[in-house]
Amino acid sequence: MTPRQKRMTLVFAIVAGVSIAGALALTAFRQNVTFFFDPTQVADGKVPPGERFRLGGMVTKGSVQRAPGSLEIHFVVTDFKHEVPVSYTGVLPDLFREGQGVVAHGRMSGGTFVADEVLAKHDEKYMPPEVAKSLKKKPGEQNPGGA
Amino acid sequence: MLPELGHFALILALLLAALQAFFGIAGPALGRDRWIAAVTPAVAGQFVMIATSVACLIASFVSNDFSVTYIAENSNSALPLFYRVSAMWGAHEGSLLLWIFLLSCWTVAVAIGVSRLPARFSARVLGVLGVVSFGFLLFTLATSNPFLRMDPPAPDGRDLNPILQDPALAIHPPILYTGYVGFAVAFAFACAAMLEGRMDQMWARWTRPWTTSAWAFLSVGIALGSWWAYYELGWGGYWFWDPVENASFMPWLVGTALIHSLAVTDKRGLFKSWTLLLAVLAFSLSLLGTFLVRSGVLVSVHSFAADPTRGIFILAFLIIMIGGALTLYAWRAPLLKSQAGFDLASRESFLLFNNILLVIGAATVFAGTMAPLIADSLGLGTLSVGAPYFNPTFMLSMLPLLTLLSIGVHANWKRGRLSAAKRTLLTTLLAAVITGVIIVYVVYSNGKVLSPVAATLGVWIILSSLVDPIDRIRRKLSLPRSVIGMTVAHLGLGIFVISVTTVESFTLERDVAMAPGQQTTVGNYEFRFQGVKPIEGPNYNGVEGTVVVTRHGVPTSVAYPQKRQYWVQRQVTTEAAIEMHHGSNVFVALGDELGAGKWSVRFQIRPLVNFLWLGAFIMAVGGGIAATDPRYRVARQAAAAVPLTPPATAGEGAR
Repeated sequence: MTPRQKRMTLVFAIVAGVSIAGALALTAFRQNVTFFFDPTQVADGKVPPGERFRLGGMVTKGSVQRAPGSLEIHFVVTDFKHEVPVSYTGVLPDLFREGQGVVAHGRMSGGTFVADEVLAKHDEKYMPPEVAKSLKKKPGEQNPGGA
Repeated sequence: MLPELGHFALILALLLAALQAFFGIAGPALGRDRWIAAVTPAVAGQFVMIATSVACLIASFVSNDFSVTYIAENSNSALPLFYRVSAMWGAHEGSLLLWIFLLSCWTVAVAIGVSRLPARFSARVLGVLGVVSFGFLLFTLATSNPFLRMDPPAPDGRDLNPILQDPALAIHPPILYTGYVGFAVAFAFACAAMLEGRMDQMWARWTRPWTTSAWAFLSVGIALGSWWAYYELGWGGYWFWDPVENASFMPWLVGTALIHSLAVTDKRGLFKSWTLLLAVLAFSLSLLGTFLVRSGVLVSVHSFAADPTRGIFILAFLIIMIGGALTLYAWRAPLLKSQAGFDLASRESFLLFNNILLVIGAATVFAGTMAPLIADSLGLGTLSVGAPYFNPTFMLSMLPLLTLLSIGVHANWKRGRLSAAKRTLLTTLLAAVITGVIIVYVVYSNGKVLSPVAATLGVWIILSSLVDPIDRIRRKLSLPRSVIGMTVAHLGLGIFVISVTTVESFTLERDVAMAPGQQTTVGNYEFRFQGVKPIEGPNYNGVEGTVVVTRHGVPTSVAYPQKRQYWVQRQVTTEAAIEMHHGSNVFVALGDELGAGKWSVRFQIRPLVNFLWLGAFIMAVGGGIAATDPRYRVARQAAAAVPLTPPATAGEGAR
């Protein structure tokens, strides 16, 4: 091969590699991104049916219920406007508490949000920004818009 | 008094940083030798001031001075002494001071190291470091001063976040930051080369040990953070693709590309402008990491507070530093043309592919980390990107990287003939396939589609990287430290790959509701729950469970997982009980009291997971060995023989 051919081969290999990687990454991205919704958006039917998403809000005080000795737990997530009942089976994170912010991953099933993962990654001073934002919007009764 | 003294010392440090930056950059540009001579004293003075400031803050922490807001928010009189010291970097303000202190330490080390280099060049390096230091000092004093007092003083502190009260996390930030900040040195060398308008193989030889040491520190820092997340956060994972983890991982990936690209620039004088770009990029990503972590823009376990002015300041700083460096690059890089060519199957080619794949890997991580931020600011909704995106896309660039590594270590510089290595390649590949299949199907059973492939690659890397050193020993050739370091680092990578494969393929986990006396089986192990009893520590109380672990009925150990509640913040933390048996980690964590005398308990068996951190640590050790190669020291002595002010001007830089 002449140096020119060699260089072209190299450039071609790099361009091809980068485009394949880009295309696959984009596909993976489209399929694997989970959106965040608050209880109001769930009540307004903004969630595409059957889709996995993240539900965020406050755990309603007094709503945590558990059959004694069972890993299954039920609680209600609220944004002080609408409420969504949640069920989850497993060990809860250390920071999970009534009256605190929470983010749950899962799907809607017959009016209940069935969570497969519950996150409470924050301390008292700190709330997940998306939950804080969603709660802040409510008192002014402004249109939540897209977010 | 102490906090005021610390504050004052910090202001003096800001002034000295300004002098260091001005003299370091303007001195060589205008040819003022006196200005150049003033740079080193400014570095020394700045170090003394910053060290005083740090000492004042730590002393105030130790003496429980709760009239200082930062201490009142992050410490408590019941906190053990060790954590009162580490609480200094437990939140935003103090960790910035730590950042600045470590930068100052690096700068002093560089000042000593470059004293034998041409004076104009070393002044420029120190000048660029002065600019970085000035920016961070200004940021700290303007928006995040740790020395501010409150009136009236707090009666007691609000305590250090309990999940940070842990030995590994106490040393994690200093080591991680040493790595982050270390890339500032590579950045400064790159900027100095661009200011000089010339860059030769000597430049690469001077830069290599600094970059490799920074990379080694960053590796250890990331591994420590991952290890901490594994045992402390209570759910037993080692990597979550959390924005903060990604923030430290991206500079690591680009830094890895940089140390390989520097090797080519050093040995063959090639890839010059690409090396410069990588040096700028690695430090930019370190700055971006600081921005992501400290501005609170992303949801993360590590974000301490959300303060928009801080974010805007860091963003502005980021734009000035990166924008400035890239402008300099656009202006000067065309001067730095590489002349020599190389064959398609030469070592240069393999290192080029290494660089491309590592940068693509960093780019996929970057896209996933920034997408939520971009989507949110464009009003496209709030989305999250997790492991389902990161795992496949990252693997896409890493699998070819690992394959090419095993082949590339046999390639020669310049010449593209691999036929001589064909037999070695086939032998090691065959041995790797057999070992990989044995690991996946015999030692453990089944696994996923990629398990045997990844296990084979891990073994192949180990075997291939051993070929050259063994050959050298057999032929009684010299074995330089840089070769030993490279071999050790590649061995570490191989161990890491095998470990990730077994952990991802064969981990067993189960959450179980257990009453005292009840038994459950996970994999080869049986767990008998004996109940819980109350415990009390220096600043917490809680419960401790007793779980008897047996393997096929043979007693192996007793696990004591704890659930602690810290008094001041009323925060609950999980202290998992972890033991290693037959290479697997047996992980027991106590969940919640479920009523009816039952507790939820989490069991996990992760095969070879300890080798993951061990592999990362071995990689760092390899970096340390390579960085201390006498070859770089000889280079410095050779440089001393060169006249102190070389007659170099911008125009003739192309060599």
